[in-house]
Amino acid sequence: MSDNPVVLSAQGLSIAFGGLKVFSGLNLDLVRGERHAVIGPNGAGKSTFIGLVTGFLRPTAGRIQLNGQDITQFDPAQRVRAGLGRTFQINTLFPSLRTLEAVVLALCERDGLARPSLRPVAAHTAQQQEAVDILARFGLGEQALTVTRELAYGQQRLLEVVLAFAMRPRVLLLDEPAAGLSTQQGRQLFEQLASLAKGTTLLFVEHDMNLVFTFADRVSVLAGGALIAQGTPDEIRQDLQVRAAYLGH
Amino acid sequence: MREALAATAHFRGMARVGRWEAAFWLALVLAYFVPATNHALLGQILIWGLFALSLDLLLGYRGIASLGHAAFYGIGAYGAGWLGKYGWTEPISALLLSGLLAGLVGLATGHLVRRLQGVALLMVTLGLNLLLFDLAQRSSEITGGDDGLQGIEVAPVLGLFRFDMAGHTAYLYVLAVALLVTLLVRGLVQSPWGLALRGARDNARRMAMLGAPVDRDLTLSFGLSAAIAGLAGALMTQTSSFVSPEVLSFQRSADVLVMLVIGGTGLLYGGFMGALVYLVLRDQFAAANPIHWYFWIGLLLVLVVTFFRAGILPALADRLRRHKPGGLS
Repeated sequence: MSDNPVVLSAQGLSIAFGGLKVFSGLNLDLVRGERHAVIGPNGAGKSTFIGLVTGFLRPTAGRIQLNGQDITQFDPAQRVRAGLGRTFQINTLFPSLRTLEAVVLALCERDGLARPSLRPVAAHTAQQQEAVDILARFGLGEQALTVTRELAYGQQRLLEVVLAFAMRPRVLLLDEPAAGLSTQQGRQLFEQLASLAKGTTLLFVEHDMNLVFTFADRVSVLAGGALIAQGTPDEIRQDLQVRAAYLGH
Repeated sequence: MREALAATAHFRGMARVGRWEAAFWLALVLAYFVPATNHALLGQILIWGLFALSLDLLLGYRGIASLGHAAFYGIGAYGAGWLGKYGWTEPISALLLSGLLAGLVGLATGHLVRRLQGVALLMVTLGLNLLLFDLAQRSSEITGGDDGLQGIEVAPVLGLFRFDMAGHTAYLYVLAVALLVTLLVRGLVQSPWGLALRGARDNARRMAMLGAPVDRDLTLSFGLSAAIAGLAGALMTQTSSFVSPEVLSFQRSADVLVMLVIGGTGLLYGGFMGALVYLVLRDQFAAANPIHWYFWIGLLLVLVVTFFRAGILPALADRLRRHKPGGLS
């Protein structure tokens, strides 16, 4: 493991859609093991930033490093194999697979077992056991054999996180993980993440400021495609520029 | 602990050979010994079933629709025809070579279409099929044109079993190949790779975020599906000693899709069920009315899709499950 405390580094990121510049030279570093929130008003570029880091969008300039490795030219799957994980703002799951099958699939992909072979899934007992353990830890043990499309919405949100978590990423990017959940459910989800993903560097986009200020170690504020502030939750709360641009007072 | 046991039981249950599955193959073996059986028709059903299984791997398990699957069937059929005509008469190696040829073309096609979806994918597969069909018709000195390829020789299977006029050897040969290929596909779809295909069918974006090589898997599944279609085509040539450009026709691509939809997709045996229903009824309808029998086939398709949306096999399985817990496994 590298001694560099910066695990993910975005340097000079720029992207434009047509004539619309979303970012122009954005810099943002993640420190190993931190829980880092990215906030900003709608259209600030939060999800675009996650899209750029995970390879679903390509920057027009700049570079991204993960653990010192330049991953700018990597496709999303290569970035995952390099240690990046993500959840999506809108549930992006496997509707026809059972919850357990989805997690076993994630584990088989992680362990390089999903290649053409005649060895049935039933023979991969280590992955099955690990899937059962992960589901139990996230409170989805009872739903292991439920078809994903039949899960309650909150359980589906949780499964989003479980699938990303199962890959054992070094950096996990969560795009509004609590979207559509009640305040109570959102809080539970973050509490589970805080305890289960200890040691994993987390970057999350979130609109609920209570969750942000409770669970983030550091906060970055985007507005108009620029990073206008960065600091601890207390520093951000008191930042006048942030209050003007985002918090509205 | 309870969840772990349930998980193991779930995956073991998926891998276990079901009673109905065993009964299906046993009945086909026993049919060989029943004197009044129409072995030629049963052989046709198995070949079409194998062809439909190849499409099922692509459509049912990977979610890729193809309107041009006859292209691969035809390549396999002509591969076996040319080999037999020009001296390579040993049937098993000729069969494997023909499947390999179709598989290689399938890999190239899969690479070409790996980024396409929906209507664009249908149009490209259909276009490739039509191109090949037209090419085969124009190149009559190579393909035999409408008269078909003449002089195809097929040596006895394993040097022992000569293809007879009654079609007994042909039936056993087709049955053995169909069983082996089905077992192979069964093994593949129940492996983690099979789970990955189903995952990509549901959500390719999420598969990318599991680090899966989605494009490579699609190309491989296309190649494998094409190879199996090629084997089916080669079987048809070897058992009939005849092949004409009709094997590459769009009609054949449409027929195999209809069979699969009638039987049910993503079930391994949906194609065989669809081929059985389609060919038996076609046989009956054509005997009753040689001109308008397609009307009844059309009606059958409408009725099946209306009343058994997922196909006949899932409807039967569902009914059996309701009557008997653990009925159709």
